[in-house]
Amino acid sequence: MSKNTVSDRFRKVDVDEYDENKFVDEEDGGENQLGPDEAEVDSLIRQGNLMGALQAVLKNPPINTKNQNVKDRAEGLVLKVLSSFKASDIEKGVQSLDKNGVDLLMKYIYKGFERPSENSSAILLQWHEKALSAGGVGCIVRVLTARKTV
Amino acid sequence: MAYHSFLLEPISCHAWNKDRTQIALCPNNHDVHIYKKEGNGWTKTQVLKEHNGQVTGIDWAPESNRIVTCGTDRNAYVWTLKGDVWKPTLVILRINRAARCVKWSPKENKFAVGSGSRLISVCYFEQENDWWVCKHIKKPIRSTILCLDWHPNNILLAAGSCDFKCRIFSAYIKEVEEKPAPTPWGSKMPFGEVMFESTGTAGWVHGVCFSESGNRVAWASHDSTVAVAEGGKTAVITSLSSETLPLLCVTFITENSLVAAGHDCYPALFVYDGEKGTLTFGGKLDVPKQSAQKGLTARERFQNLDKKATSDTKEAVLESLHKNSISQISILQGGKAKCAKFCTTGMDGGMAIWDVKTLESAMKDLKIV
Repeated sequence: MSKNTVSDRFRKVDVDEYDENKFVDEEDGGENQLGPDEAEVDSLIRQGNLMGALQAVLKNPPINTKNQNVKDRAEGLVLKVLSSFKASDIEKGVQSLDKNGVDLLMKYIYKGFERPSENSSAILLQWHEKALSAGGVGCIVRVLTARKTV
Repeated sequence: MAYHSFLLEPISCHAWNKDRTQIALCPNNHDVHIYKKEGNGWTKTQVLKEHNGQVTGIDWAPESNRIVTCGTDRNAYVWTLKGDVWKPTLVILRINRAARCVKWSPKENKFAVGSGSRLISVCYFEQENDWWVCKHIKKPIRSTILCLDWHPNNILLAAGSCDFKCRIFSAYIKEVEEKPAPTPWGSKMPFGEVMFESTGTAGWVHGVCFSESGNRVAWASHDSTVAVAEGGKTAVITSLSSETLPLLCVTFITENSLVAAGHDCYPALFVYDGEKGTLTFGGKLDVPKQSAQKGLTARERFQNLDKKATSDTKEAVLESLHKNSISQISILQGGKAKCAKFCTTGMDGGMAIWDVKTLESAMKDLKIV
């Protein structure tokens, strides 16, 4: 009786790994997704072309890649662009995006909420308000239900 | 627009008889209640008690007047009217999880049950043994089947599932029918063959519907999208990301127009243009009562600002007819080609009957093509 009360290693076994009916997401080749081009975005910000920077930073989203670094870099870049906008220009920025762009922007906004830094939440909240009026609650639902996100 | 509140509990599912004088519904428990229309109201005529779990699907066959019900007790019953009483016949579905939805085929010689066991049971009556027998469609379903719809040719079956896909299967049973003619979805249709599988959806598929001709299938998904696929050598999928909460049920009302409803508590119209390949939002089909605009006193404005941080005059009351999510939509008159009336039931325990002509005249820009 005392034999099997000694070790509790069995409690650490992940039974879900052995479930043959386990749902596995389809693998979409994400190895080539490198995220937005840092150099391009930086130069556009320096030139003051914030609209262009917004468009550029939303290109090539690292949705399918498993490389966490690429995702973090992309998020940092997006945050940089969003912070450099003047509050009054945020609405125009959102208007310049198409439907997919608004969805992608919302994904980045929520990603940014996950790890707040000093002023990021306030800026993100302003962007969130404008993106919400453009994309509606459906946009947020798509962030919540997305299997693969930025 | 007629609205009748049946009960306080949600209506899990409902089905109409052929002449639309009787409705069978499940008031979120183990029974099926049958209501008959008397004048302007509804009286409960029968209660069908047989299930041991919540009844999740009801379908009433118009021609043969049989009701099929399925529930979370993993069973399905076929009810036939003997005189004044409905007598149940158990159907062994051979599933080990709850049944989720059930639909009679157009010719009413078979019905399909979607379940949490990741398979569809297609049941047909075997004359020699006087017994309902079922065949399973398993591959490549990876999760619960949430909704089903039959193609008019009685063979193809569209299924929406929790594995984010809408598929069209062949449910050809050689014991009860002839080999089918080729359709835009394919020509070889052995039992269980996948004729079409959707791509790109990211949410559970809550509702699926074939058009009247069967050449188009529409589905509503939990990521707030509606999509239409047109059959052909390569199926063309057009989808629309909506700005509303997810839709739970969808139906065609003409070959080009869809009505869908869901967690936003109002039906919405979507128009599909086959030539341009676009799906657009046609309008909200709810007509809210015009409440008188009360002017806010300064005191109320300050109170609003204090409590809700906004000086908006909008109240937190839903202006729609249904006060909770709409879970099922059914066509009453006109079929899927020229629908004149449709009915919605929801989690508020109410049933609303919508008249398409009235809606068209009430909303100026609404055009149902």
